[in-house]
Amino acid sequence: MSFNLKDYYSDLSKGDVILAYKGSITSDLINDVLEGVEKKLEEANEESKTRKKIYNVLVESMQNLFHHIEEYHEGITEDLDPKFGVLVIEKENGLYKVTTGNFVNSTKIKFLKEKIDKINSLTRDELKDMYKFILNHQKLSAKGGGGLGLVDIARKTGNKLEYAFYNYNNNYYFFNLTIRI
Amino acid sequence: MEPINIEGTPKTPTVKFDKESGIMEIKGRSIPENSIEFYKPLVDWLEEYAKDPLKRTQVDVQLEYFNTSSSKCILDVFKKLEAIHKAKNEVIINWYYEEDDEDMLEAGEDYESIIRVPFKMIEIVD
Repeated sequence: MSFNLKDYYSDLSKGDVILAYKGSITSDLINDVLEGVEKKLEEANEESKTRKKIYNVLVESMQNLFHHIEEYHEGITEDLDPKFGVLVIEKENGLYKVTTGNFVNSTKIKFLKEKIDKINSLTRDELKDMYKFILNHQKLSAKGGGGLGLVDIARKTGNKLEYAFYNYNNNYYFFNLTIRI
Repeated sequence: MEPINIEGTPKTPTVKFDKESGIMEIKGRSIPENSIEFYKPLVDWLEEYAKDPLKRTQVDVQLEYFNTSSSKCILDVFKKLEAIHKAKNEVIINWYYEEDDEDMLEAGEDYESIIRVPFKMIEIVD
Protein backbone atom coordinates (compact mmCIF):
# COMPACT_ATOMS: atom_id res chain seq x y z
CA MET A 1 0.00 0.00 0.00
CA SER A 2 1.28 3.43 -0.80
CA PHE A 3 1.85 6.10 1.78
CA ASN A 4 -1.18 8.07 2.90
CA LEU A 5 -0.43 11.33 4.65
CA LYS A 6 -3.85 11.63 6.23
CA ASP A 7 -3.73 8.18 7.81
CA TYR A 8 -0.13 8.73 8.89
CA TYR A 9 -1.02 11.94 10.68
CA SER A 10 -4.15 10.64 12.35
CA ASP A 11 -2.29 7.54 13.58
CA LEU A 12 0.39 9.79 15.05
CA SER A 13 -2.03 12.02 16.89
CA LYS A 14 -3.78 9.23 18.77
CA GLY A 15 -1.82 8.99 22.03
CA ASP A 16 -1.29 11.42 24.89
CA VAL A 17 -0.57 14.31 22.54
CA ILE A 18 1.04 17.50 23.78
CA LEU A 19 1.28 19.10 20.38
CA ALA A 20 0.45 18.02 16.86
CA TYR A 21 1.19 20.18 13.83
CA LYS A 22 1.28 19.78 10.10
CA GLY A 23 2.07 22.63 7.74
CA SER A 24 4.80 25.14 6.93
CA ILE A 25 7.89 24.95 9.09
CA THR A 26 8.85 28.60 9.54
CA SER A 27 10.99 30.49 12.00
CA ASP A 28 7.87 31.90 13.65
CA LEU A 29 6.37 28.44 14.02
CA ILE A 30 9.55 27.27 15.76
CA ASN A 31 9.27 30.19 18.20
CA ASP A 32 5.63 29.42 18.93
CA VAL A 33 6.21 25.70 19.47
CA LEU A 34 9.17 26.29 21.77
CA GLU A 35 7.30 28.84 23.82
CA GLY A 36 4.17 26.70 24.07
CA VAL A 37 5.95 23.48 24.95
CA GLU A 38 8.18 25.19 27.48
CA LYS A 39 5.09 26.47 29.26
CA LYS A 40 3.39 23.08 29.21
CA LEU A 41 6.42 21.29 30.60
CA GLU A 42 6.67 23.80 33.40
CA GLU A 43 3.01 23.37 34.21
CA ALA A 44 3.51 19.61 34.23
CA ASN A 45 6.29 20.15 36.82
CA GLU A 46 8.72 18.19 34.70
CA GLU A 47 12.22 18.30 36.18
CA SER A 48 14.45 20.91 34.63
CA LYS A 49 16.94 18.36 33.29
CA THR A 50 14.21 16.64 31.24
CA ARG A 51 12.72 19.98 30.17
CA LYS A 52 16.07 21.10 28.83
CA LYS A 53 16.65 17.88 26.91
CA ILE A 54 13.20 18.11 25.30
CA TYR A 55 13.76 21.76 24.45
CA ASN A 56 17.09 20.98 22.83
CA VAL A 57 15.67 18.08 20.84
CA LEU A 58 12.84 20.29 19.63
CA VAL A 59 15.21 23.05 18.56
CA GLU A 60 17.43 20.66 16.63
CA SER A 61 14.68 18.58 15.06
CA MET A 62 12.62 21.59 13.97
CA GLN A 63 15.65 23.44 12.67
CA ASN A 64 16.67 20.32 10.75
CA LEU A 65 13.26 20.47 9.08
CA PHE A 66 13.60 24.21 8.57
CA HIS A 67 16.98 23.85 6.86
CA HIS A 68 16.28 20.76 4.77
CA ILE A 69 12.66 20.77 3.67
CA GLU A 70 12.16 21.76 0.08
CA GLU A 71 9.85 24.69 -0.56
CA TYR A 72 7.74 22.84 -3.12
CA HIS A 73 7.43 19.19 -3.95
CA GLU A 74 7.00 18.27 -7.56
CA GLY A 75 4.45 15.64 -8.43
CA ILE A 76 2.89 15.43 -4.98
CA THR A 77 -0.84 15.54 -5.42
CA GLU A 78 -1.82 16.49 -1.87
CA ASP A 79 -2.56 20.09 -1.14
CA LEU A 80 0.56 20.97 0.85
CA ASP A 81 1.69 24.21 2.44
CA PRO A 82 5.14 25.35 1.28
CA LYS A 83 7.96 23.87 3.37
CA PHE A 84 5.58 21.20 4.58
CA GLY A 85 6.47 19.21 7.66
CA VAL A 86 4.86 17.30 10.51
CA LEU A 87 5.68 17.59 14.20
CA VAL A 88 4.05 15.61 17.00
CA ILE A 89 5.04 15.64 20.64
CA GLU A 90 3.46 13.14 22.97
CA LYS A 91 4.02 11.25 26.14
CA GLU A 92 4.19 7.49 25.86
CA ASN A 93 5.06 4.98 28.60
CA GLY A 94 6.60 7.69 30.76
CA LEU A 95 8.85 8.97 27.99
CA TYR A 96 8.45 11.98 25.75
CA LYS A 97 8.27 11.15 22.09
CA VAL A 98 9.04 13.69 19.37
CA THR A 99 8.14 12.69 15.83
CA THR A 100 8.97 14.67 12.72
CA GLY A 101 7.87 13.87 9.20
CA ASN A 102 8.77 15.37 5.86
CA PHE A 103 9.05 14.57 2.18
CA VAL A 104 12.58 13.80 1.09
CA ASN A 105 13.85 13.57 -2.45
CA SER A 106 14.73 9.97 -3.36
CA THR A 107 18.28 10.99 -4.20
CA LYS A 108 18.91 11.96 -0.56
CA ILE A 109 17.62 8.79 1.08
CA LYS A 110 20.89 6.89 0.93
CA PHE A 111 22.92 9.65 2.57
CA LEU A 112 20.36 10.19 5.30
CA LYS A 113 19.95 6.49 6.03
CA GLU A 114 23.70 5.95 6.24
CA LYS A 115 24.11 8.94 8.51
CA ILE A 116 21.45 7.74 10.96
CA ASP A 117 22.68 4.13 10.89
CA LYS A 118 26.18 5.37 11.62
CA ILE A 119 24.97 7.48 14.55
CA ASN A 120 22.93 4.57 15.91
CA SER A 121 25.94 2.26 15.78
CA LEU A 122 28.10 4.47 18.00
CA THR A 123 28.66 4.31 21.76
CA ARG A 124 28.29 7.39 23.94
CA ASP A 125 32.01 8.15 23.78
CA GLU A 126 32.15 7.61 20.04
CA LEU A 127 29.24 10.03 19.59
CA LYS A 128 31.12 12.60 21.61
CA ASP A 129 34.16 12.16 19.36
CA MET A 130 32.02 12.42 16.24
CA TYR A 131 30.38 15.59 17.53
CA LYS A 132 33.73 17.17 18.31
CA PHE A 133 35.17 16.16 14.96
CA ILE A 134 32.30 17.70 12.99
CA LEU A 135 32.30 20.77 15.22
CA ASN A 136 35.96 21.37 14.60
CA HIS A 137 36.29 20.38 10.95
CA GLN A 138 33.09 21.08 9.05
CA LYS A 139 32.02 24.51 7.92
CA LEU A 140 28.48 25.78 8.43
CA SER A 141 26.35 25.79 5.31
CA ALA A 142 25.09 29.13 4.01
CA LYS A 143 21.78 28.39 5.72
CA GLY A 144 23.52 27.86 9.02
CA GLY A 145 23.18 24.09 9.19
CA GLY A 146 26.15 22.24 10.54
CA GLY A 147 25.45 18.54 10.15
CA LEU A 148 25.43 18.24 13.92
CA GLY A 149 21.72 18.17 14.74
CA LEU A 150 21.14 14.42 14.67
CA VAL A 151 24.41 13.68 16.46
CA ASP A 152 23.46 16.15 19.17
CA ILE A 153 20.00 14.63 19.55
CA ALA A 154 21.43 11.12 19.89
CA ARG A 155 23.98 12.33 22.40
CA LYS A 156 21.55 14.24 24.58
CA THR A 157 18.82 11.59 24.63
CA GLY A 158 21.10 8.56 24.87
CA ASN A 159 18.56 6.75 22.69
CA LYS A 160 18.68 5.39 19.17
CA LEU A 161 17.05 7.42 16.40
CA GLU A 162 14.06 5.53 15.01
CA TYR A 163 13.26 6.17 11.40
CA ALA A 164 11.26 4.97 8.43
CA PHE A 165 11.09 5.94 4.79
CA TYR A 166 7.72 5.46 3.08
CA ASN A 167 7.72 5.47 -0.67
CA TYR A 168 5.42 8.15 -2.04
CA ASN A 169 6.18 8.35 -5.75
CA ASN A 170 9.17 8.09 -8.05
CA ASN A 171 10.69 11.27 -6.73
CA TYR A 172 9.76 11.33 -3.07
CA TYR A 173 9.81 9.35 0.13
CA PHE A 174 8.18 10.40 3.34
CA PHE A 175 10.76 10.40 6.11
CA ASN A 176 9.57 9.68 9.65
CA LEU A 177 11.93 10.31 12.56
CA THR A 178 11.03 9.35 16.12
CA ILE A 179 13.06 10.54 19.09
CA ARG A 180 12.46 9.34 22.65
CA ILE A 181 13.50 11.41 25.64
CA MET B 1 37.23 50.41 20.05
CA GLU B 2 33.49 50.71 20.48
CA PRO B 3 32.10 48.20 22.94
CA ILE B 4 29.47 45.68 21.82
CA ASN B 5 26.21 45.83 23.67
CA ILE B 6 23.46 43.57 22.38
CA GLU B 7 20.26 42.85 24.23
CA GLY B 8 19.07 39.29 24.36
CA THR B 9 16.02 37.97 22.52
CA PRO B 10 14.27 34.58 22.90
CA LYS B 11 16.63 33.23 20.24
CA THR B 12 19.83 35.21 20.70
CA PRO B 13 21.98 35.96 23.74
CA THR B 14 22.86 39.17 25.55
CA VAL B 15 26.36 40.16 24.51
CA LYS B 16 28.72 42.65 26.12
CA PHE B 17 32.25 43.01 24.80
CA ASP B 18 34.25 45.80 26.37
CA LYS B 19 37.82 46.66 25.56
CA GLU B 20 38.16 48.97 28.58
CA SER B 21 37.64 46.18 31.10
CA GLY B 22 38.70 43.22 28.98
CA ILE B 23 35.54 41.45 30.10
CA MET B 24 33.31 39.79 27.51
CA GLU B 25 29.93 38.31 28.32
CA ILE B 26 27.62 36.01 26.37
CA LYS B 27 24.46 35.14 28.26
CA GLY B 28 21.04 33.64 27.66
CA ARG B 29 19.84 31.58 24.73
CA SER B 30 21.52 31.10 21.42
CA ILE B 31 19.19 29.21 19.11
CA PRO B 32 18.82 31.24 15.89
CA GLU B 33 18.19 29.26 12.69
CA ASN B 34 21.23 30.86 11.16
CA SER B 35 23.80 31.87 13.72
CA ILE B 36 26.42 33.21 11.29
CA GLU B 37 24.59 36.51 10.94
CA PHE B 38 24.57 37.00 14.70
CA TYR B 39 28.11 35.88 15.47
CA LYS B 40 30.06 37.39 12.57
CA PRO B 41 30.25 40.89 14.13
CA LEU B 42 31.44 39.34 17.39
CA VAL B 43 34.19 37.38 15.68
CA ASP B 44 35.19 40.49 13.70
CA TRP B 45 35.29 42.57 16.88
CA LEU B 46 37.58 40.03 18.56
CA GLU B 47 39.84 39.95 15.55
CA GLU B 48 40.29 43.69 15.88
CA TYR B 49 40.70 43.42 19.67
CA ALA B 50 43.35 40.72 19.18
CA LYS B 51 45.64 43.25 17.48
CA ASP B 52 46.08 45.11 20.76
CA PRO B 53 44.47 43.14 23.58
CA LEU B 54 44.58 43.86 27.30
CA LYS B 55 47.03 41.82 29.34
CA ARG B 56 44.05 39.97 30.79
CA THR B 57 40.85 39.02 28.99
CA GLN B 58 37.99 37.35 30.77
CA VAL B 59 35.11 35.74 28.93
CA ASP B 60 31.94 34.77 30.78
CA VAL B 61 29.71 32.35 28.91
CA GLN B 62 26.43 31.65 30.62
CA LEU B 63 24.08 29.97 28.20
CA GLU B 64 20.83 28.31 29.06
CA TYR B 65 20.46 26.78 25.61
CA PHE B 66 22.46 26.82 22.43
CA ASN B 67 21.78 25.02 19.17
CA THR B 68 24.26 23.22 16.96
CA SER B 69 24.29 26.11 14.49
CA SER B 70 25.57 28.35 17.31
CA SER B 71 28.03 25.76 18.55
CA LYS B 72 30.28 26.30 15.52
CA CYS B 73 30.12 30.07 15.82
CA ILE B 74 30.96 29.85 19.52
CA LEU B 75 33.97 27.77 18.52
CA ASP B 76 34.99 30.56 16.12
CA VAL B 77 34.76 33.05 18.99
CA PHE B 78 36.93 30.79 21.13
CA LYS B 79 39.48 30.40 18.33
CA LYS B 80 39.98 34.16 18.32
CA LEU B 81 40.57 33.98 22.06
CA GLU B 82 43.02 31.16 21.55
CA ALA B 83 45.05 33.40 19.24
CA ILE B 84 45.13 36.13 21.89
CA HIS B 85 46.25 33.58 24.48
CA LYS B 86 48.89 32.21 22.15
CA ALA B 87 50.35 35.70 21.81
CA LYS B 88 51.24 35.50 25.52
CA ASN B 89 48.24 37.29 26.99
CA GLU B 90 46.18 35.99 29.86
CA VAL B 91 42.79 34.69 28.74
CA ILE B 92 40.27 32.89 30.88
CA ILE B 93 36.94 31.45 29.80
CA ASN B 94 34.41 31.06 32.59
CA TRP B 95 31.83 28.50 31.48
CA TYR B 96 28.70 28.63 33.62
CA TYR B 97 26.19 25.80 33.85
CA GLU B 98 23.18 25.17 36.02
CA GLU B 99 23.42 22.67 38.83
CA ASP B 100 21.78 19.69 37.16
CA ASP B 101 22.68 20.54 33.58
CA GLU B 102 25.25 17.87 32.73
CA ASP B 103 24.74 18.47 29.02
CA MET B 104 25.88 22.07 29.37
CA LEU B 105 28.87 21.05 31.49
CA GLU B 106 29.80 18.46 28.90
CA ALA B 107 29.46 21.03 26.11
CA GLY B 108 31.94 23.23 27.98
CA GLU B 109 34.31 20.30 28.34
CA ASP B 110 34.07 19.64 24.61
CA TYR B 111 35.30 23.17 23.92
CA GLU B 112 37.95 22.90 26.60
CA SER B 113 39.38 19.84 24.85
CA ILE B 114 39.51 21.61 21.47
CA ILE B 115 40.63 25.11 22.43
CA ARG B 116 43.96 25.84 24.11
CA VAL B 117 42.73 28.43 26.58
CA PRO B 118 42.20 27.86 30.33
CA PHE B 119 38.55 27.14 31.12
CA LYS B 120 36.87 27.37 34.46
CA MET B 121 33.66 25.37 34.86
CA ILE B 122 31.36 27.19 37.23
CA GLU B 123 28.24 25.56 38.62
CA ILE B 124 25.32 27.90 39.30
CA VAL B 125 23.50 26.78 42.40
CA ASP B 126 20.03 28.18 43.04
